[in-house]
Amino acid sequence: MIERTPLLNLVTHLVLVSGLVLLLMPLWIVFVAASHDFHTVNQVPMPLWPGDHLAENLAVAWQKGNFDRVMVNSLIVALGVTVGKIVIAALSAFSIVYFNYRLRMLVFWVIFVTLMLPLEVRIVPTYAVAADALRPFQAMFDAVGLSVDLPEWNLLNTYSGLILPLIATATGTFLYRQFFLTVPDELTEAAKMDGAGPVRFFLEVLMPLSKTNMAALATIMFVWSWNQYLWPLLVVTDHQTFATATMQLQKITPGPAFGEPPIWNVAMAANLIVLTPPVLVTILLQRWFVRGLISTDK
Amino acid sequence: MAEIAIRSVKKTYGKVQVVHGVDLAVRAGEFVVILGPSGCGKSTLLRMIAGLEAISAGEIAIGGRVVNRLEPRERGCAMVFQNYALYPHMTVADNIGYALKVAGLGKAERRAKVEAVAASLGLEDFLDRKPGQLSGGQRQRVAMGRAMIREPKVFLYDEPLSNLDARLRVAMRVEIRKLHQRLGTTTLFVTHDQVEAMTLADRIVVMNAGKVEQVGTPKEVYGRPESTFVAGFIGTPGLNLLPGTLDPGAGVVHLEGGQRLAYDRQRWAGAGAGRVMAGFRAEAARMARPGQGLDAVFEFSEELGAARLVHGTTGGAMVVVSLSDGRDLSPGDRFGVDVPAGEVQLFDAGTGRRLSGERAPAAVPGAPVLEAV
Repeated sequence: MIERTPLLNLVTHLVLVSGLVLLLMPLWIVFVAASHDFHTVNQVPMPLWPGDHLAENLAVAWQKGNFDRVMVNSLIVALGVTVGKIVIAALSAFSIVYFNYRLRMLVFWVIFVTLMLPLEVRIVPTYAVAADALRPFQAMFDAVGLSVDLPEWNLLNTYSGLILPLIATATGTFLYRQFFLTVPDELTEAAKMDGAGPVRFFLEVLMPLSKTNMAALATIMFVWSWNQYLWPLLVVTDHQTFATATMQLQKITPGPAFGEPPIWNVAMAANLIVLTPPVLVTILLQRWFVRGLISTDK
Repeated sequence: MAEIAIRSVKKTYGKVQVVHGVDLAVRAGEFVVILGPSGCGKSTLLRMIAGLEAISAGEIAIGGRVVNRLEPRERGCAMVFQNYALYPHMTVADNIGYALKVAGLGKAERRAKVEAVAASLGLEDFLDRKPGQLSGGQRQRVAMGRAMIREPKVFLYDEPLSNLDARLRVAMRVEIRKLHQRLGTTTLFVTHDQVEAMTLADRIVVMNAGKVEQVGTPKEVYGRPESTFVAGFIGTPGLNLLPGTLDPGAGVVHLEGGQRLAYDRQRWAGAGAGRVMAGFRAEAARMARPGQGLDAVFEFSEELGAARLVHGTTGGAMVVVSLSDGRDLSPGDRFGVDVPAGEVQLFDAGTGRRLSGERAPAAVPGAPVLEAV
């Protein structure tokens, strides 16, 4: 419904603007806090306009949080998870939509149901597997009475350990499935007539067609995996080498437990550093992102 | 070029049977049109030949080789789809050359072949465009190019013209016919449009409800329909069919409603008394003064330019007469329909099949096909 009366226009704009303010206010406070020195930021009330210590605070935060190293770690993990999720999601959706096998729908629904189970629910068993990736297989061998001794394969304190448990994705599979269902059957048949097998069809027809879909998924998943906090905290004990950016934030915000007054200006500067990459990714991919979600690009 | 042999082919989906045992022999180089209303199983038959549908029973052989268990790519068929089914992310050149790419042909060789095919279809200037930037007719041509480039043994067309506007459809029809004359490839063409079938085909296969009703040249199918279904489906308009009782002694059909229609007793010498459908072409009947011939009541008319189709009722049944002069009638007016005895064709009222006992006519009564404009 489209109404065109000045009063309604005004009201809708007011609603929009207040929503925007509500969303941006916390970010603004982070930015303002990051730009003052220690004394100003602890004044009551806190100033609402930025000061001139931003660069200085950023430098301190960067150095204190060891961001040289952890930003790279976070990037590796986030990219690994994103790529892994896209590959797994595309492949599993391809199997569900294009192949006719028994229990196909059951498989789909099982995947779908896991949408409702966040990582936190399965964190203990996942940790057990990460501690020894071959243990499930060992258990299977033991159960059937085979005396095979598999070596211990520990994923703790590795990139694989940070990435692999996170790449299964019901959301992605669902998104891809919905997209594949909109691809006309005749296109599949044309590829068959042209002699293309399933792998070729997947790589040369479906993948190029799902570019926007991929961008949408990449945006969501990059932000999601960049923001992962609990899993890295569990799986990483070697904080010097494998800590991720989000993990560093807790160390930069020393609570009263550490006997220091909170250094909010540096902590907020660290926050700014950590939130920059996901914001950049979202801005760069957002045009594709919207197209991928509404998916009428045919 | 290859001949196609279809032997008692059936298709069932679960318990529903959609193709009931089709037998058909297509000669090498022939242009055969499979014609029928939607849902008659014609596309399913074509797709079984292509290998896109499994054959439930029976056998299909292409060039003497049974293809039941072969993959589509191994059958040597190329198909043109109704919605073109072009790859939207590829350029025209890539679309046409995709089959060659899959077959592992080198880039230079591929380019040369694509250019040759594109030139023969007038697509040289569009090679670098995407399908989304082409008009319907151009897309259709790309789809044809994609089929041609593989130099297939058989061309399969699945209602390729139904998405085009009327003018373009006529133009593409001509192009498809020319292409067939140039390449001489065996062609199967599925359509529900009888004008398309009449103009394109060497032979027409008329299908209804999963069965083949008649196979014949356009002239045979038009002039000597084997069943009331074919009679009503072919021609614009279809054959007029009036129910009645055959009286061989008097040489007339007693129509329902009490009127009498004389038929050629010599020609139908073997036909016995019984319930029949008497048929005649709108083009073969003449409009007469009221009281002459069959008595009819005018309902409405369709202007076709060269002629006018006058619709009326006689004895409760619809009747259509083609009229070339400009007489004006208003609804409810009475007029006569004069049907020459030689033009009357007889069908069994129960089975709908053409009555047996007809002597082979000296010449098929052939009036020109009226084109829908």
